Amino acid sequence: MNNEDKVSKRISLVFLCVMALFWILPLLWVISTSLKPESQAISWPIRWIPETLTFENYADVFMRQDVPVMRWFFNSFFVATVHTLLMLLFNSMSAYAFSRLRFRGRDVLFWSLMGTMMIPPVMNLVPLYGLISTLGWVNNYAALIFPGLASVFGIFLLRQFFIGIPAELEEAARIDGASAFYIYWKIILPLAKPSLIVLALFTFMANWNDYLWPLIVTTSADMRTLPVGLAIMQGQFNIQFAKLMAATVLSAIPVIILFVFAQKFIVKGIALTGIKG
Amino acid sequence: MAITKTGDQPPVYKRNWKEKLTPLLFIGPHLIFFLIFLAYPTIYGFIISFHNWNFFGDMSFVGLQNYANILWNTDSLFFEYFWSAFRATFIFVILSVPPLILIPLFIAIAINARPPGQNFFRALFYAPSLLSVVTVVLIWIWLLDTNAGLVNYYIGTLGLDAIPWLTRTPWVWISLVVMTIWWTIGTNMILFLAGLGEIPDHLYEAAKIDGANKIQQFFHVTLPGLKGPLAFVVVMTTLASFNVMAQPQLATGGGPGYETRVLILYIYDTAFTGGNPRAGLGAAMSVVLGMILLSISLIQFKLMTREK
Repeated sequence: MNNEDKVSKRISLVFLCVMALFWILPLLWVISTSLKPESQAISWPIRWIPETLTFENYADVFMRQDVPVMRWFFNSFFVATVHTLLMLLFNSMSAYAFSRLRFRGRDVLFWSLMGTMMIPPVMNLVPLYGLISTLGWVNNYAALIFPGLASVFGIFLLRQFFIGIPAELEEAARIDGASAFYIYWKIILPLAKPSLIVLALFTFMANWNDYLWPLIVTTSADMRTLPVGLAIMQGQFNIQFAKLMAATVLSAIPVIILFVFAQKFIVKGIALTGIKG
Repeated sequence: MAITKTGDQPPVYKRNWKEKLTPLLFIGPHLIFFLIFLAYPTIYGFIISFHNWNFFGDMSFVGLQNYANILWNTDSLFFEYFWSAFRATFIFVILSVPPLILIPLFIAIAINARPPGQNFFRALFYAPSLLSVVTVVLIWIWLLDTNAGLVNYYIGTLGLDAIPWLTRTPWVWISLVVMTIWWTIGTNMILFLAGLGEIPDHLYEAAKIDGANKIQQFFHVTLPGLKGPLAFVVVMTTLASFNVMAQPQLATGGGPGYETRVLILYIYDTAFTGGNPRAGLGAAMSVVLGMILLSISLIQFKLMTREK
């Protein structure tokens, strides 16, 4: 390694450390605030390490009757899980047909579907709500689970992967008389696991974090999802910051756990779909 | 479809019939959702935009009136509100897009130099992207609180006056841009890192042999090598910034006055809040914004196909 490389490595490290401060300090401050009694949350001079360490904010967030945080957790978890499972099933079936089956108009249909990715989602906000209210789905889990299944992104992502699976595996099974469904379920899906995990992560996180759509289609406190509930809580708690920060930390825990276990898939997935998309 | 006369060759008949139906069974389930929740609403949105409607009663046809009221009928109150929302969105795009590209670009280049702790840095800068916009905004409301916030505390220790981050121009804009940067640089950083990884080492070696220093290498090897990801990131970031809504809604309430009431926030206010939702007007504004976003996507599509 030459001298110039060493210098640039050192400059990079200094730059990254300075930037890292801006990203770490807000996180630490939020955690610190959430562990303080409300009376000490606003103190002068400020303390990074709480004078009195307490979990009462977390307990309070769970216990409150007026803001059903546990219910929001359940709603978000239930909706995101069902939505993700259906997305995986339908998109992998579609991707299988578009990559491994031959039928007339296949490629025209596929690229027409992909073309609709350019339709800006904001255009569908008003008409989709009109449709949902006609169906009587306002304030119903159905409105949170089903409309998003129209997305074609997952088909694109999975098809890219399915195309790369060697044809010999499939042909051997076909000669043995296996049906298309058997091949899809027993051969393609097990081989495509990495791409299914990537799609599952993206879908789950997007649904878990979604804000505008659940804000529009839920109307009662017990049907809110976590992000919408938190946003409304901000008004209800009347800016009691320690409790608000405790709720904030809690809401982030599931996605952080997911990230710790699946970081490599997420990074790969972004690079894959970003560059090739 | 070849139908055999009798039952003497049932396998052929069966296979033909089945082979035609099989693909449909595989694409059918998704296609149903696609048609109901994407294709139909796209057309329905245009129809709604030519009507007055409150989502419940009957629609009444008003022709181009909704478009007139926002685009050229200067006497209309909506004209003023729409253009003020348009201005707010435009300010946000102009202020947020350059840092949302440059900061992750520099971070990616620094991480690509492989300093110690590179994995930690990558995970840290990506981490906020995992959070919901609500979580991010709540964190920053607390940090930027005029009286009790951490930022104003340190500004106070420097002997300066407290800054009204969330209630006064131009501070509101700085706040919205800063929280957006903190939230979203992760994806762009990873795209840049992937792009940097694809630049072959021998190009840098060749540049070195030619006597190029690090800065010359950046402009003559790194930047040209990142052309693909850079074009993609610019377009995606611009689209995302045009779609901003939750940050101003939760942090500034669209204020002060209507200063930060961006387009999607105004569409939301018009169509989904208050006693008399105006679906037609909201749909018309969505169509106008949608056309702007669509042209940006088409430009990207052109760029990407030309590249290949």
